[in-house]
Amino acid sequence: MSRDVTLEHVTIRFGSHTAVDDAHLTIRSGEFFSFLGPSGCGKTTLLRCVSGFLEPTEGRVLIGGEDMRGVGPNRRPTALIFQNLALFPLMSVAENIAFALEVRGVGRQARRKRAVELLELIALPHVGDKKVYELSGGQRQRVAIARALAAEPQILLLDEPLSALDLKLRQHMRSELRAIQRRVGLTFIYITHDQGEALTMSDRVAVMSEGRIEQVDEPLAVYDHPKTSFVASFVGETNVLPATVTGRDGTDVTLQTDGGLIVQGFAVGRRQYRAGERCQVFVRPEQIKVAPPEPGPNRLAARVLAEEFEGNLRHVSLAVGGSVGGSGGAPAVGALAVGGQPLRMSVVNDGSLPPLQPDAALTVTFDPSVASVLPEGPLARA
Amino acid sequence: MSPNGIRVAFSRFFHRWGPGVGIFVTGSVALWIVLLIVLPQLAMFDASFRFNLPPAEIGGPRDLHTLSNYAALLLDGRGGINWLDLGVLGRTILAAVFVTILDLLLCYPIAFVLAHGTSGGRARLMVLGLIVPFWVNEILRAFAFRIIFGSSGVLNAVGLGLGLWAAPVDFIRQDVALYAGLTYTYLLLMIFPIYNAVEALDRNQIEAARDLGSPWWRVHWRIVIPVAKPGIASGATMVFMLTAGALAAPQILGGPSSLWFTQLIYQWFNEGGNWPRGSAYAVVLLLACILVTLLAMRVFKVRIGEIGR
Ligand SMILES: Nc1ncnc2c1ncn2[C@@H]1O[C@H](COP(=O)(O)OP(=O)(O)O)[C@@H](O)[C@H]1O
Ligand SMILES: [Mg+2]
Repeated sequence: MSRDVTLEHVTIRFGSHTAVDDAHLTIRSGEFFSFLGPSGCGKTTLLRCVSGFLEPTEGRVLIGGEDMRGVGPNRRPTALIFQNLALFPLMSVAENIAFALEVRGVGRQARRKRAVELLELIALPHVGDKKVYELSGGQRQRVAIARALAAEPQILLLDEPLSALDLKLRQHMRSELRAIQRRVGLTFIYITHDQGEALTMSDRVAVMSEGRIEQVDEPLAVYDHPKTSFVASFVGETNVLPATVTGRDGTDVTLQTDGGLIVQGFAVGRRQYRAGERCQVFVRPEQIKVAPPEPGPNRLAARVLAEEFEGNLRHVSLAVGGSVGGSGGAPAVGALAVGGQPLRMSVVNDGSLPPLQPDAALTVTFDPSVASVLPEGPLARA
Repeated sequence: MSPNGIRVAFSRFFHRWGPGVGIFVTGSVALWIVLLIVLPQLAMFDASFRFNLPPAEIGGPRDLHTLSNYAALLLDGRGGINWLDLGVLGRTILAAVFVTILDLLLCYPIAFVLAHGTSGGRARLMVLGLIVPFWVNEILRAFAFRIIFGSSGVLNAVGLGLGLWAAPVDFIRQDVALYAGLTYTYLLLMIFPIYNAVEALDRNQIEAARDLGSPWWRVHWRIVIPVAKPGIASGATMVFMLTAGALAAPQILGGPSSLWFTQLIYQWFNEGGNWPRGSAYAVVLLLACILVTLLAMRVFKVRIGEIGR
């Protein structure tokens, strides 16, 4: 049976504050689906609405086509893993895991047996008789998952479950979570403010900002083809060039940046732009390349400000003076042209680029097809 | 706390506040405990083993130790058992247990709602509503209960007016007024310890249990009550001890047939002028209460250390 989760124009308000604004999407059965957004954007609120602790102010939540209004959290086919896990400290690990079975009146023997099975699933076979406080953070994490799985939910809801762990463990748990999801075949709805988590684990990601869902897409599409300024600036590193449209040819747009550069980009979603319209051009640092100093589209005269070395990558900050072959030329020492921000370039450290001295002049370029032109909109705060 | 722990705590205290404050505080606490609690109780205990002599003979040759005061409580002097006084003792203890249970049933939901069911402002108002009536002194409150429960009282007026019952009910003779009064008097002593314990409970625990399919009663049984247990234990101990030792409420609200054991003690001290007998009765009441408390703690698996929390 299909266990799709459908949000139908779900709006949730607390007084006059709108925490979730018109969320409208379907999460497919068996999917690993993430909601990604900065803290305070309404992710937990939305998740609580799916699990049944909150009713939407407007709209409907459907699970398997059934309207969930009036169905309490104890009667929904969902299990929620809380941000702080909320394991029961007065019970042993096995009692925690078997709690959902205890609730259903399953006998002691059968409970014990199921707890042992689930402890094996999470690769912690010998901790059943321990108290929760005797476990490490990562172990608690997995026990919380086992406890939720014991309820045999069709949909597992996870509220930033990795945020309390240290970096190493977090990265390990990413693949662990994904593996568990594949093994049990349930729908996972995962919320996080960490784009790395969302992009690596998910089948699809919904990016949220201030209660609104800005884009729902596969991780690659969210990264490569952001549909709003917020998504472009929130997911991954990027350069933002505020600009004015000067001309267009289909989806190819020519613009003049506020720093006076002439650049070409492509209109996301085939949106039609009029000349004179304000917009923003987004170019990822890894899409900026060093080029021979010859005239051409998107050839920019630049000067090195600083270089950061990160093992596999080299991050270079550049001051950009003008388009090569157009006005300007290499910028004066200390000048910045991209909306007051240096242009950031990331280069793979494969030996193809010689060491760069500060103030060295060079020409950089990017392909118009990777420069996303979007209507001017709010950016994610750094 | 182990003796060593106490020593460490004291030396830290001295170190922090200096010898002057240290000696003053330790001295006054010791003085308080010895002078106002230990010595009078010991004197009472000693008196319970003596004859009731006129003042002139105290310390004289006839001032000997005896078990006669205890015997008087247990035996009727005609070779039988003193069912009368023992019955009063038993009934007092049972009544105190009953009042304790009643208070628990009332206070647990109130404490839970205060801790987890209301927003800050409304909770403060509720607490105020609970505390302010206790500004009225106990005697006045007891008489107010007489006005409410008397045969021409408020309750009867309402009940008769609404046609709920045909003739006035004597709530005082039925001891309804007494139980209501006692239950109300010690309400706060039950609410606050439970509130303290339950407030520390993470609300996510309750929600997690709900989410795992638990109905409300089981959430309380498995999650909230275990956390509330130390609070319940200390609240119940206080309510039980104080109810068993109450005097004003039984005096004012008790029906003609219900004698409280404290009233017997009072009679021996006051009207009977027999302090040794009164002391013996008081000692027995204290021991009986301690026994019941320890028994209850054994049954409900509460350790003595938990009560202090
Ligand atoms: N019970 C509530 N009452 C009032 N406001 C709330 C409540 N829960 C959440 N909010 C508000 O809704 C917004 C979204 O919160 P939340 O869903 O917790 O965000 P996130 O999980 O994305 O960090 C926040 O501004 C928060 O203050
Ligand atoms: Mg949150």
